[in-house]
Amino acid sequence: MKLAGFLLLLAGWLLVLATLALLGSAPARTGFLLAGIGVEVVGMVLVARAHLPVQEDRG
Amino acid sequence: MTLSPAAVISPALSETTAGICFLLILVVPFALVGLALINTGLGRSRSAAHSMMGSLMAIAVAVLVYFIFGFSWQGFAGGPYHAIIVGGNPWNWIAAEPFFMRGMDFNGSYSSLVALLQMFCVGLAVLIPLGAGADRWRLGAICASSALFAGLTYPLFGHWVWSDGWLAQLGVNYGLGHGFVDVGGSSSIQVVGGLTALSLAWILGPRRGKYSAEGMPAAVPGHNAVLVILGCLLATVGWCGLNSAGAILFIHAEAARCVLVTVNTMLAAASAGLTAAAITQIRFRKPDASLTANGWMGGLVASSAACAFVKPAAAVVVGIIAGALVTFAVEWFEFELKVDDPGGAISVHAVAGIWGILAVGILARFPVAPLFSGNLPGTDAGQWLAQLIGIATLIGFVLPLTYGLNWLLNRFYPQRVSIEGERQGMDLHELGADAYPDFVTHADEFIQR
Repeated sequence: MKLAGFLLLLAGWLLVLATLALLGSAPARTGFLLAGIGVEVVGMVLVARAHLPVQEDRG
Repeated sequence: MTLSPAAVISPALSETTAGICFLLILVVPFALVGLALINTGLGRSRSAAHSMMGSLMAIAVAVLVYFIFGFSWQGFAGGPYHAIIVGGNPWNWIAAEPFFMRGMDFNGSYSSLVALLQMFCVGLAVLIPLGAGADRWRLGAICASSALFAGLTYPLFGHWVWSDGWLAQLGVNYGLGHGFVDVGGSSSIQVVGGLTALSLAWILGPRRGKYSAEGMPAAVPGHNAVLVILGCLLATVGWCGLNSAGAILFIHAEAARCVLVTVNTMLAAASAGLTAAAITQIRFRKPDASLTANGWMGGLVASSAACAFVKPAAAVVVGIIAGALVTFAVEWFEFELKVDDPGGAISVHAVAGIWGILAVGILARFPVAPLFSGNLPGTDAGQWLAQLIGIATLIGFVLPLTYGLNWLLNRFYPQRVSIEGERQGMDLHELGADAYPDFVTHADEFIQR
């Protein structure tokens, strides 16, 4: 889950970069930029959940 | 990949402006002192000397590594750089300066002042993760991690923001406002440091006894509120210098603009501190000193990005939101995400820093001459998108990079101290002497709950 989360973070960023390079119109660019950030948010959730300590390890 | 010669001539500074800028840079070390004191005060008493020693060593390593090759990759606006051409637009991604700062004239030139300020900035940035790793991060690992930070993570993102990198050029190349704007380092110092702090908190894990078997966090209060609040006051002095020098060097503001920058910095810190105090007063019936201090610092952090472009009333808004965000974020990280961050570094530097970056897109108004000798290229339209792209880069690229580097380091050189060392205290275990030899070591936090 951790690796998947980090891959999603990178994928979201690459989507943002690709949007900049490939799209010219403002609405499409805005939409895809927000989509890239959305992918990053999902990745962040996965990474954060993967780092929650398991019950036995606490304390 | 193209090695391009200087595409832009470095901004020329008058002798007076260079002198003022040099004096402003000289007060920046107060920010380092303040942050070191805050980290120490919010940690345990048996790790106090270790915390200050760790700060000193981290700064030393960072400055040396930055001198050897960090600056050569960060560079300065108008210096040589490597670029790739995408869709006809050059993406300036890394500088091409010589190692060891060779060939630089240390005579008050633009590049020499940038190099001097950056040495203090990288010193400030490496102190941020120390707040999150307090009481369990080995001294050797602090040095190694600081070297990676100062040699790779910091210069790369710093170049993109402050040295005409691709983020700064978003306005020219893609019509997104004036490009990514950050006057005093909300992003390149604070968020980069804060995300490294988050990575380390994850990699190191919580302190022994911090969480019960049911996952409930135990309160481990800081050992010296006086150090923490003194640290805030000292950091404020340093921040005024940092933001003002950043305004002169990175957005080419006239020296007169530094008055507004300093007023905004103070207003943001004051309103953030008061907000945090009010929120804790309402919620806990007494103002909490450590959260108020964190709120104050959050105001400083958030003020950095927009301080030269907002009116004083807007700086108050920036501070109020930063103070509230920090107060709730500290609790959220501790209770919901189970992240043990004794110094509140993630909330103060990453969360408030991201808000500061966003504030540029929402609240900034970009003036032109006579307060700016070199106008920022572009128009105001789309500025918020440029700021969002900067945040996406921090979360999507800098976080995986800094996590990966520290994870790799941890594989070869474990960063966390042994259980015995943690029980004994970092001072005795790693330094052989306590900061406060008269104190008695309590072991109650090691009792299983």
